[in-house]
Amino acid sequence: MFDRDNPPLVRVEKLTKHFSVRIGAYGETRATVHALDDISFTVQRGETLGLVGESGCGKSTAGLTLLQLHQPTAGKVFFQETEVTGLSDTELRPLRQKMQIIFQDPYSTLSPRMTIGNAIGEPLWLHELIAKNRVQERIAELLDAVGLNPAFAFRYPHEFSGGQRQRICIARALACEPEFIVCDEPISALDVSIQAQIINLLQDLQETYHLTYLFIAHDLAVVRHISDRVAVMYLGRVVEMAPKSRLFSNPLHPYTHALLQAVPVPNPRQERQRQHTVIHGNVPSAINPPSGCRFHPRCPLAFEPCDHIVPEWREVESDHWVACHAV
Amino acid sequence: MSVLLDVQDLQTRFKVRQGYVYAVNGVSFRLEEGETLAVVGESGCGKSVTMLSLVRLLPPAASIESGQVLLKGADLLQLDQRQLREVRGGQIGMIFQDPMTSLNPFINIGAQMAEPLIYHRGMGKKQALARSAELLEMVGIPDGETRLREYPHQFSGGMRQRVMIAMAMACEPAVLIADEPTTALDVTIQAQIVELVKALRDRSGVAVVWITHDLSVVAGIADRVIVMYAGYVVEEASVDALFEDPRHPYTVGLLGALPSLDGDAHRLTTIGGSPPDLADQPTFCPFHPRCPYAIERCRTENPALEAVADATARGHRTACWVDIRELQSPVVSGS
Repeated sequence: MFDRDNPPLVRVEKLTKHFSVRIGAYGETRATVHALDDISFTVQRGETLGLVGESGCGKSTAGLTLLQLHQPTAGKVFFQETEVTGLSDTELRPLRQKMQIIFQDPYSTLSPRMTIGNAIGEPLWLHELIAKNRVQERIAELLDAVGLNPAFAFRYPHEFSGGQRQRICIARALACEPEFIVCDEPISALDVSIQAQIINLLQDLQETYHLTYLFIAHDLAVVRHISDRVAVMYLGRVVEMAPKSRLFSNPLHPYTHALLQAVPVPNPRQERQRQHTVIHGNVPSAINPPSGCRFHPRCPLAFEPCDHIVPEWREVESDHWVACHAV
Repeated sequence: MSVLLDVQDLQTRFKVRQGYVYAVNGVSFRLEEGETLAVVGESGCGKSVTMLSLVRLLPPAASIESGQVLLKGADLLQLDQRQLREVRGGQIGMIFQDPMTSLNPFINIGAQMAEPLIYHRGMGKKQALARSAELLEMVGIPDGETRLREYPHQFSGGMRQRVMIAMAMACEPAVLIADEPTTALDVTIQAQIVELVKALRDRSGVAVVWITHDLSVVAGIADRVIVMYAGYVVEEASVDALFEDPRHPYTVGLLGALPSLDGDAHRLTTIGGSPPDLADQPTFCPFHPRCPYAIERCRTENPALEAVADATARGHRTACWVDIRELQSPVVSGS
């Protein structure tokens, strides 16, 4: 399906993003949110890399910073071996065509005053991708590709359900023929029966248009279903990354292990027999993250170096990366 | 086991500018002592409105048109407001989806927790606070006495949900209604809350109604399940029968749409189309526009919830004209 020997489509090197915030009742104290610290990964052409973690772990920030929608604090991002960090807006624009994003909430990402035809057509004329007299034709084509009636082009977003709106957002992302799409929790806001429709659609489009996805989600079952490889994030850092079969059958990092334990299995007999070891405590604040390994206050395996030495991000076996002192 | 809560033919509708929204259309179910009943369905299927109707916590636009809600034999729909207050928080405890909005941000946790104990149990303030501290420890919040003086913003989402559970359990209710209690929480916190409710249930013998859209959670906690669609109960079964031998096409669709953590990545089966509009009371099966098995009768008559003829387990009921096991492959509709 994808080629591991070729150079990756996207390469992220030690990407870091900190936000300055003011805290306290009157905003009198300055603080730094360590949203993303030192993350590195590659995405191969044609694959889906899943990015999972709990809310506040920095997975969305990773997607946005990778696309230069946030200015990174440090680190580099390469797209087709071209460094995109540090490029000016004009230099970036032709690359943006190739890198698109689908957001979580299809209600707030479509302008209520724009027909969906215009919303989908906007990237076409902005990037001057197509002759004016062919725009309508192309919009119809895109609507058809995402399973909507081309006659809908003249309707407004309020006339559509959540699932249909997400299809419109997908059509808009497809308009400038991207190679890489960041899917930022694209199904979390949708009903269960609609989620499966969108997952199948994304998989079909990947095949038809040879797309590469960074699929961000908090639902491990969905990530397992759609991804080739999976990266697990905890509090701004990637703690483990591996091909999905290996990550789910042989998780090495104690956090990955705990996450898998916490996911309920849709089978009552299995569920009754399963050992339920629950990890205690909450995700700490990213304003003052724990020293050393950020998982150590909740970790059942924590020992001497964990609270002061940041574990190294290393490849323990081919293509299986982990950051933990205990493995 | 005896029947604790018996709901018969409950109908609730909302008055809107264009007419009515028929949210709950003749829902009947029973809850036995000590059992956990899961209510499953997509947003807008009427599962929350059903439960709010039981204790009449409905917005002004809503009205209960008919039905009976018998709690230990007494009809809750006939009670006056004063008697109803005895039931709410006394015999029926409730937990809601969003613990951020269910607690008052201006009042400390102690005062909020003591209130039901003072009201329902006639405790003095000191005694109520001491009991509240015990309750906090019971739901896994250490150092209860100090935490009672704190305000909701000093608690994390999971901790607030624990506080809500402690409040709901404070007066030792016979029924605990949990309305999507883990939907707003992360998966590791969800697991903590599910384990907590199970432990409390096993210790106190409270009967639980667990409302959710997530079938995976249901598998771990429920004894019986009712599946709702468009304000109707479309299937009712023991949890094992529902997962192993589902009889309503909607249940089959929901189960097929679940990606699983083990096994291969098969293509997900989907339910085509979108959830229905509830502006009319249908004279047809409300699921037929999305149903791959629909026959002519489905378009003209709405099936009633009836016992499955050759059920493997007792009490398996479904509302469908078609015996889906006789059909080999469905007519695929939608994408």
